[in-house]
Amino acid sequence: MTTDGMQKAPTKRSELQMARSMCWHCQSEITGEYFCEQCVKVQPLSKEMDYFTCLGLPRLLNIDLAALEAKFYDLSRAFHPDFYQRKTASEQDISLGNSAMLNTAYRTLKDPVLRAEYLLRLEAGSAKDIRTSPPADLFEEILTLQEDLEAFRAASDQAPAAVASLRTKLAADRELLEQRQRDMEARLLELFSRWDALHDRRPQAAPATPHSQQDKEAVLKEMRELLSNRTYLRNIVNDLIATTA
Amino acid sequence: MTRIVGIDLGTTNSLIAYMDGQTPRVITGRAGRGMVPSVVAMTDNGLIVGDAAKEHLVRNPERTIYSVKRFMGKNLEDVAEELRYFPYSLKEQGGVIRIQVGDKTYSPPQISAMILKELKRRAEEHLGEDITKAVITVPAYFNDSQRQATKDAGLIAGLDVLRILNEPTAASLAYGLQEKTQGTIAVYDLGGGTFDISILKLKDGIFEVLATNGNTHLGGDDFDRTVVDLLLGEIRGQHGLTLEPYPDQMQALRLEAERAKIRLSDEHKTTVVIELPEGHGTFRREITRDQLEALTMGLVDQTLGPCRQALKDAGLQPAQIDEVVLVGGSTRMPLVRRRVQELFGKVPHSELNPDEVVALGAAVQADILSGGTQDMLLLDVTPLSLGIETMGGVVSPLIRRNTTIPASAKEMFTTYVDGQTSVDIHILQGERELARDNRSLARFQLKVPPLPAGVPRIEVMFLIDANGILHVTAKDVRTGQTQSIEVKPSYGLSDDEVERMIGESFAFAAEDLKARQLIEARTEAEAIRKATEKALRLGGHLIDAEETAAIQTALEALDTARAGDDHRGIRARIADVEKTTHHLAEILMDTSLQEALQNKKFSELT
Repeated sequence: MTTDGMQKAPTKRSELQMARSMCWHCQSEITGEYFCEQCVKVQPLSKEMDYFTCLGLPRLLNIDLAALEAKFYDLSRAFHPDFYQRKTASEQDISLGNSAMLNTAYRTLKDPVLRAEYLLRLEAGSAKDIRTSPPADLFEEILTLQEDLEAFRAASDQAPAAVASLRTKLAADRELLEQRQRDMEARLLELFSRWDALHDRRPQAAPATPHSQQDKEAVLKEMRELLSNRTYLRNIVNDLIATTA
Repeated sequence: MTRIVGIDLGTTNSLIAYMDGQTPRVITGRAGRGMVPSVVAMTDNGLIVGDAAKEHLVRNPERTIYSVKRFMGKNLEDVAEELRYFPYSLKEQGGVIRIQVGDKTYSPPQISAMILKELKRRAEEHLGEDITKAVITVPAYFNDSQRQATKDAGLIAGLDVLRILNEPTAASLAYGLQEKTQGTIAVYDLGGGTFDISILKLKDGIFEVLATNGNTHLGGDDFDRTVVDLLLGEIRGQHGLTLEPYPDQMQALRLEAERAKIRLSDEHKTTVVIELPEGHGTFRREITRDQLEALTMGLVDQTLGPCRQALKDAGLQPAQIDEVVLVGGSTRMPLVRRRVQELFGKVPHSELNPDEVVALGAAVQADILSGGTQDMLLLDVTPLSLGIETMGGVVSPLIRRNTTIPASAKEMFTTYVDGQTSVDIHILQGERELARDNRSLARFQLKVPPLPAGVPRIEVMFLIDANGILHVTAKDVRTGQTQSIEVKPSYGLSDDEVERMIGESFAFAAEDLKARQLIEARTEAEAIRKATEKALRLGGHLIDAEETAAIQTALEALDTARAGDDHRGIRARIADVEKTTHHLAEILMDTSLQEALQNKKFSELT
């Protein structure tokens, strides 16, 4: 794991991490990570801080899950309300807020799909929702499937004899869609690696060229499309499972 | 540093525990028992809680409250199906169940507070200090209303509830402390009224809950009812007799069914004996374990669905669970053990007493909060998804189930009409798509400055704290002003009501202390009289006439004292009886009668 990836290398890392550069309690300058060195009070995490920074990671998509977990446990020990029971109300509030943010950050980064969706939102600047859309090349198949599902629903009520053959057909459809989901996940991982390769350049090695910026845009675009197709397929498969159950 | 105790407030029994150095201990009462039956009797002489109250179940069924946990945070409609099983009268007021006793009504948190006070008193007596802070456990699958109701009960009992802790996770703490386990464990917790399954990852002192599921209306009570219904049907068939109109008979039947169920965990058959009213004689019936299992199989199998769902949510296969831990009295049933073993493919653990392990874990958590234990940390989850109602009655989820707590979510609200000054928000908990199929937690009105439609921007923050309880705050993004939100719980007591109940509770406590001491002394006198009479029947021939006469005299003196109202006098006469029967007790212990006495202490013989 790289710890010195292409962060925007802040002069003082603490300024990026914490809500303010001065201790809320004793007003002294914060130099430590989460606690004031003067009065040892816990400091609130900045609400604008992204989840990668929160967990001390570069903005890469392939994550060492064991290291992520270890960091999460470490920070939980630092922030969890259990350890602030005897502290002041302000410290308890900070503990609660920091823990809630840490938990969200961990949950998001732990899951590859949530992680990718989160990165897309981060990179897109303003929050752009990832819509669900059918994969263009599966348009025909999906139309047929919808018809089959309709037929199955109708047959369940009126023509029990037709149910068996429709069920076989739907099972085959499901197999096709699930294979496609697996392909998408594999492709997603490839894109993770491509993103990381483009992103993980040491600042001194080469400044971001228009060319590499274009490559990044392309990766993000494909990832966005993939994720929206994936959600669409997942909804259909869930519908299929629910209908045939 | 103020001591924090751990309390298991159970459907059938409750316990209180504390940390003695590095070891959690359950506090026992005079009779050496850690469990206090969760039963409250409102007698003419005042309030009785626990073992003594249990005697009133049959004698005084309309005024003796048991299994009140089933009603916590519920309204009448939620429990309509089981109302016929309860001899006491239930009403509803302001969305909260009220228990009617005579001309007074009590909310479930008030009844629970009476049990909590008994536990608190027990701990104060044992530890010789005031107890004001506690960790109280609840079923993991309890929703926000049920948790809030439990917290209210603590407040009414004069306890600062520092943490509402999930029972299976509490058990895992006690278990983890003992075994120093690492890996993935499943805690299967089947108690008197509730079922939970929690899957945890234990690593380097961190107890991370991966998923939890359950049913807050499934437990030993429901098993008893299958037996009760069977017996009711047969009594009706054989004697043409309907027992339902006799609350005392129903209660006796319920208790007999429960005892038979418990015996069948060790034996393969047992006989229930019920004295019928109105000259119908005695009803006897043999029940085999197979028959009990046939009756309860459907219910036990209802626990398997939640287990599978929890595994799925944790992303695990049964084979990936390293250890399965059993918690709760109902896991003593062989059928339950078999089913759990089949599902997980391994023999479940039950080294720690399944009745005590939750209270022990609560004491460990209390120690963590008081700064004692620092190397253990529990990361729990919220059991149910939290959402708000949107257009068309659909729920928009904000915080998904099995999210690690504390957890928060933000939502931006605006207006649809020019000059609109408020936005209605309806918060729900549950897994269903439509608002009406989920649990309504609260409704509130967001105040909005009158502006053109779409201009106001109010950011509402939903935060589930480490107790699994929801807090809501709102901020006007344009002005940066925060607004406090008056959240009216759909199924809970309002803050004012809780305040009033706290006041009443203190007033009650002062006037009640003397009455309680008297009742307890009388109850104990009654118990020792019964035990002495039984001992005389069993061993009277082993002592001489003089000794027998001395015992009789002591018993008569006890009866006289018992008729008076001086609890100290009664206690003195109890001591006399114990002294005069000391020799007889020794003889009984030494003789072949030992077996018949099952090694019980003399004073426990009843």
